[in-house]
Amino acid sequence: MELSVMLQLLISGLGMTLQIFVITLVGALPLGVLVALARMSSFKPLALVARFFISVLRGTPLMLQLMAWMFFPYYVFGMSLTSDWKFYACAIGFILNYSAYFAEIYRSGIQSIPRGQYEAAQVLGYTSTQTFMFIVLPQVIKRILPAMGNEVIALIKDTSLAFVLGVMEMFTQAKAIAASQVSMLPYLIAAAIYWCFTLVVEFILSRIEKKLSYYHD
Amino acid sequence: MTNATETTVAAADRPVLLSLEHAKKSFGGNCVLEDISLKVSEGQVVAIIGPSGGGKSTLLRCATMLETLDCGNLSYGDLKVAQSEPSGKAVYADKKVIQEAKMRFGLVFQNFNLFPHYTVLKNIMDAPIRVQKRNKAEVEEQARKLIAKMGLEGKEDMVPCELSGGQQQRVAIARALCMNPEVLFFDEPTSALDPELTQEVLKVIRALAAEHMTMVIVTHEMGFARDVADHIIFMADGVIAEEGPAEELICNPKTERLRSFLSKIAD
Repeated sequence: MELSVMLQLLISGLGMTLQIFVITLVGALPLGVLVALARMSSFKPLALVARFFISVLRGTPLMLQLMAWMFFPYYVFGMSLTSDWKFYACAIGFILNYSAYFAEIYRSGIQSIPRGQYEAAQVLGYTSTQTFMFIVLPQVIKRILPAMGNEVIALIKDTSLAFVLGVMEMFTQAKAIAASQVSMLPYLIAAAIYWCFTLVVEFILSRIEKKLSYYHD
Repeated sequence: MTNATETTVAAADRPVLLSLEHAKKSFGGNCVLEDISLKVSEGQVVAIIGPSGGGKSTLLRCATMLETLDCGNLSYGDLKVAQSEPSGKAVYADKKVIQEAKMRFGLVFQNFNLFPHYTVLKNIMDAPIRVQKRNKAEVEEQARKLIAKMGLEGKEDMVPCELSGGQQQRVAIARALCMNPEVLFFDEPTSALDPELTQEVLKVIRALAAEHMTMVIVTHEMGFARDVADHIIFMADGVIAEEGPAEELICNPKTERLRSFLSKIAD
């Protein structure tokens, strides 16, 4: 196989990798906020459910969770597995798993905001939703950005776990090519591409950090 | 102690803006306010002095609804915020009344509590626009006037961390004033400031007093309290231990408690 063909196949896998990456962030970033709020809720049953959710999702392997979502419709509803479902199972698995990690990062950020901020907002008549959305959350984002960066970069590489479901992302492609060509080269190229991907994300994160450095507290 | 101090600070001919009656508040069995009553009428400047832990801040926090009263009545003009049940337990009004009452007062905190991610202008303008749903242009005009009045021209687009403590506190005062409150509360507004910055903040508060802004000020600055306040309340151990016209209270304390407090401060 020519190198250009190999690259082409890997790049097409990268498309799927990117899709998983983006879908996970789009789903897990907001869901994480809700889980964090549930976790901190004064309504005990809700807080308990959120705690359990976080504990299970952080306490079991992501690969296993992906497989669980894959076979969930068959074991629970007796439905036959379609090839479309593979992708949805993958998306659900990643979003839920990452929302659990994000939730704990949000919680650390939310709890670090001084009480005085809430009190000032309360006296000025902001509703609790307004206080959260306009006063607390923007400050939280600045504070948790480094921790979030860690998770986002971990996610880039975790997308490779989708290979257990046979989703044709880059790692699955690399594995297939490596097997057919009896060569380690596809892995090497995939590694280089993953690294380039993280470089781009690191760059974007540092830009956001710089943008938010107009104030400190 | 069973001091039921019935206070009528109010000048008879002026409308009463704030009324607190038989207020009680405990934190886990520790009684911080014991039967406090207080009325503030329009144009009046009331200073609250006293030793730390005497209940001054708690009184202010209860009046501004940052804490809820255990017992007693609280009202802002015609708005009854909290009322005692026959058993004495304070029952709060519904959200709508509370929100309306919040629009009648402002609070300036000891440590400013400005929103660090907002510029000076946005700190002042955000609540009037977002909460009071006022017209942006009109709010901006008022905000700029307040900035000028506080001597903060040129700082409009700065963020709080770029300002000195005294400047931050003046922004906080402008933020409170831009809501057009009837009563302005100050919770030890200069305690976090060095003497020089303290003076610039006190100057601003003096100017407000000269305009007959109704204010309730918790302070440790005795000279300032005497000059600026009409009425001084001395709080100790959760009760109003003594109160009276400012000059008289400071110069001729009647209780031993206040005498010893004032002599300690003079040292």
